[in-house]
Amino acid sequence: MASVFEYAPAPESRAVVDIAPSYGLFIDGEFVEAAEGRVFKTVSPSTEEVLSEVAQAGEADVERAVKAARKAFEKWSALPGAERAKYLFRIARIIQERSRELAVLETLDNGKPIKETRDADLPLVAAHFFYYAGWADKLDHAGYGTNPRPLGVAGQVIPWNFPLLMLAWKIAPALATGNTVVLKPAETTPLSALFFADICRQAGLPKGVVNILPGYGDTGAALVAHPDVNKVAFTGSTAVGKEIARTVAGTRKKLTLELGGKGANIVFDDAPIDQAVEGIVTGIFFNQGQVCCAGSRLLVQESVQDELLDSLKRRLSTLRLGDPLDKNTDIGAINSAEQLARITSLVEAGEAEGAERWSPACELPSSGYWFAPTLFTNVTQAHTIARDEIFGPVLSVLTFRTPDEAVAKANNTQYGLSAGIWTEKGSRILAVANKLRAGVVWSNTFNKFDPTSPFGGYKESGFGREGGRHGLEAYLDV
Amino acid sequence: MSDPRVDTRPDARSDARLSVFKTYKLYVGGKFPRSESGRVYEVSDAKDKWLANAPLSSRKDARDAVVAARKAFGGWAGATAYNRGQILYRVAEMLEGRREQFVREVADAEGLSKPKATAQVDAAIDRWVWYAGWTDKIAQVVGGGNPVAGPYFNLSSPEPTGVVVVLAPQESSFLGLVSVLAPVIATGNTAIVVASEKSPLPALSLGEVLATSDVPGGVVNILSGRTAEITPSLAAHQDVNAIDLAGADEVLAKELEIAAADNLKRVLRPQTVDSAQWFATPGTERMTAFLETKTVWHPTGSLGASGSSY
Amino acid sequence: MPTTASTALPLKDVTASDSTLRRYLHGLPGVDAVGLEARAASLGTRSIKTTAKAYAIDLAISMVDLTTLEGADTPGKVRALGAKAVRPDPTDRTAPATAAVCVYPDMVAVAKEAVAGSAVKVASVATAFPAGRAALGVKLADVRDAVAAGADEIDMVIDRGAFLAGNYLKVYEEIVAVKEACGASARLKVIFETGELSTYDNIRRASWLGMIAGADFIKTSTGKVAVNATPANTLLMLEAVRDFRAQTGVQVGVKPAGGIRTTKDAVKFLVVVNETVGEDWLDNHWFRFGASSLLNDLLMQRQKLATGRYSGPDYVTVD
Repeated sequence: MASVFEYAPAPESRAVVDIAPSYGLFIDGEFVEAAEGRVFKTVSPSTEEVLSEVAQAGEADVERAVKAARKAFEKWSALPGAERAKYLFRIARIIQERSRELAVLETLDNGKPIKETRDADLPLVAAHFFYYAGWADKLDHAGYGTNPRPLGVAGQVIPWNFPLLMLAWKIAPALATGNTVVLKPAETTPLSALFFADICRQAGLPKGVVNILPGYGDTGAALVAHPDVNKVAFTGSTAVGKEIARTVAGTRKKLTLELGGKGANIVFDDAPIDQAVEGIVTGIFFNQGQVCCAGSRLLVQESVQDELLDSLKRRLSTLRLGDPLDKNTDIGAINSAEQLARITSLVEAGEAEGAERWSPACELPSSGYWFAPTLFTNVTQAHTIARDEIFGPVLSVLTFRTPDEAVAKANNTQYGLSAGIWTEKGSRILAVANKLRAGVVWSNTFNKFDPTSPFGGYKESGFGREGGRHGLEAYLDV
Repeated sequence: MSDPRVDTRPDARSDARLSVFKTYKLYVGGKFPRSESGRVYEVSDAKDKWLANAPLSSRKDARDAVVAARKAFGGWAGATAYNRGQILYRVAEMLEGRREQFVREVADAEGLSKPKATAQVDAAIDRWVWYAGWTDKIAQVVGGGNPVAGPYFNLSSPEPTGVVVVLAPQESSFLGLVSVLAPVIATGNTAIVVASEKSPLPALSLGEVLATSDVPGGVVNILSGRTAEITPSLAAHQDVNAIDLAGADEVLAKELEIAAADNLKRVLRPQTVDSAQWFATPGTERMTAFLETKTVWHPTGSLGASGSSY
Repeated sequence: MPTTASTALPLKDVTASDSTLRRYLHGLPGVDAVGLEARAASLGTRSIKTTAKAYAIDLAISMVDLTTLEGADTPGKVRALGAKAVRPDPTDRTAPATAAVCVYPDMVAVAKEAVAGSAVKVASVATAFPAGRAALGVKLADVRDAVAAGADEIDMVIDRGAFLAGNYLKVYEEIVAVKEACGASARLKVIFETGELSTYDNIRRASWLGMIAGADFIKTSTGKVAVNATPANTLLMLEAVRDFRAQTGVQVGVKPAGGIRTTKDAVKFLVVVNETVGEDWLDNHWFRFGASSLLNDLLMQRQKLATGRYSGPDYVTVD
């Protein structure tokens, strides 16, 4: 009887989004074919269905796009800030209007649950443009001196985990400050950036201010190496970030990098346990754990370990994995076969090194790229799964006895992007936060984002901040 | 809404169609009451031609407006800055759609040519956009962490003062009005606006725009009438927290500032502003005039007593 | 399935004194309000299957404590309510009966007669409902009166004044005394008036206090104050009964009351039950809705599912 109480497959309608069979590059306000005529396919990771064929930008296209951006820069940077603001407000509003369409598109192309694209990605995207729109005519008040100047052409390379949100983080502050951009979306998720190109047209944005070049790593490399690019912004892996840092060495290009992480989520014995469990779940299973600031290391005080793990396992058993378009889905698909292989090999290393693996009973769909929520116990600082970024729904559980030990373990990593602290004691939150070498520290919550709040890492998690007043600095000649 | 070929002003009655007059009403608590006094006064254009009858607000209307503003304060101040920004931007969007109407009203009120009135209205619309962008930035510009010499976290944040009475500029009936009203509500205060005595119609029409722009009822309350009659009781009102004297002459300003001292209202004194100056990009001073700064201390302590070091 | 222990109270040692009880209750994990409310809201976005919806509606109907608690209650009103509880939809015999009718003690006898021969229980609020401001003797007399008149269930209110003043032992002893007055026949629901306890930490403490004292059900509210049952406070109480069973083996029921008016609301609560404590509680022995207008909305939705047309208030009975 009670088993009749099942959730409906409640799929969001695909009909709200119309994906064309092919897309060009977006250069100087027009969709054009790649100079070399190359194309690549983008698939839906939950079904492996081919969604569209997309032009692949090569060096000649980078050249054209940078030229278009350079040409547009003169007028764009000379516009009164209030006029640039109004363009960005228009974009923010059109994104709000088209948010359901974009949410479905993003879910199809990325594999993440519609619940997340609808309730997190898209509202944040619109809010980000809204926020930076307001800065465009207030730069004098931002604390970078009077009349701070833009840099010029920004070359931006973004990842596949939050395709449209990362685009917003890059383009909104760049345009607000008067720069023009050439942006390369990730090869597995090019579609929302191309839809954004259409939004720029609807908003009447001058040609060449935004240029979109889909492609692979070589396209990105050509872009960041282009001599007429004044600013490079990259979000992605630490390995590629180091490559880019070497590429721009010796030039005058301003660089910001937002790279990997191995965030510690620290749970003290006086934590609000039920909410901590929710925060741990959000911390590592949001977006299938494909989040640079994921709380992928759970550091739990030994005295509450058993109680917490029992609660956590019980909670994981209620997670629903499956069709990302289903509104009831909590865990969607892994973005690509390549990423799935990487997660699988790291998890195998975890087992081989003696950590204890656990997953709730969870049926995986037969097609597409899937990985069940996974938890490792008996993990020590020496394990690969405690050190390497897995970028998947895999949580490593470690324990500590005292706050000093928690901080020491949390900081014992080459990364320094995020951390979480769970305790009801305010002074402990602040004392621990003071000691953590991480760019974002969440207390009694996790994975919260806001356009007003700066985000970025310490150490090998990169440098520069995106979001907030601080996010302007990366695009100003200061 | 209006056909540009047809002059719908009251005096343009020679056309085939007899126009419908609008009854101008106050805007209080999200509703459009007539004055409780039942009285009106004649409003004329720059050439002394009758335009409309405007409500002559009484002291009772002013008290009602304070009650409405106080009631709305908690919700408005408690709304997220992002939400307030969206709403202020919505005001700009709605005004853009009624641009022609306001150009006509401003031209009539101030005796301006159509291009000049258009410039006033466009600047007023853009001013809403300017302040829409400030809602979620002012705290980052005027607040922040303080590096106190001790184991304490110490953060200063601006908070809205409360209920603010705004005497709108007498000469700039719309751009001036928007320039003094928008900064007050952008930061979370609620306002009671006393419209330009001579030219209240654009202000009263603005009420209609605010009512359809998701601005919660009571956040802005608009009164028309004799400035010198309505404002002394507002300046003395113990449930009003601040007063902007932009529309007061020197004598009235002094009288109101003295009355305001009773409960130490924050007072923004009138500045000599000629109408061209209203076009200039504002700074933050009209916002900070109606902000309090709250500083929170919290111990940070040390990690533990063990003294072990890793 | 674990059942209510009727004799030995669990965690007896923590009630040795006011201070041991205080230390125990204040040692419970804290509740982060933002996190709790976010979790409750996220559960509210679950949507359920049409077939499951039919089940959920019937389940919800069977969980309703159909309530009338007005100064103007008359035997006529209570008889009509009883008839409605037994046969909620006169046009459709397949509609389940409600769990109980809930009335003031002086109406218990009338209610008993009205539901005679059916499985519908008679619940009675007692202990100087809703304020609870009376001497213990008066409260106990109120309870005994209701039990003597045949009440199957007693809905008592805790002494919120004593709770807020920190006199937990007084609250505890009162519940124990009322439980005793209920005897073996009547199940005891303990109402916290969560709106007056105000904080989630207090609601968690009250939940444990009530369970330690032998409550068969813990119940949110009287329905007589501004804030009654919410998804968040019900979620919190479900976490408490879940953890209490894990610790003691004793299962306790939960009853949100007041403010639940639509089928959509009721289904959201059932989703919270399903995800927090699971199927063991998806039964009217362990979960109830204290409501009056909810029933008609459930019936209208039930008719909609059966006929495919939206029903209207003229097609359900007004009692």
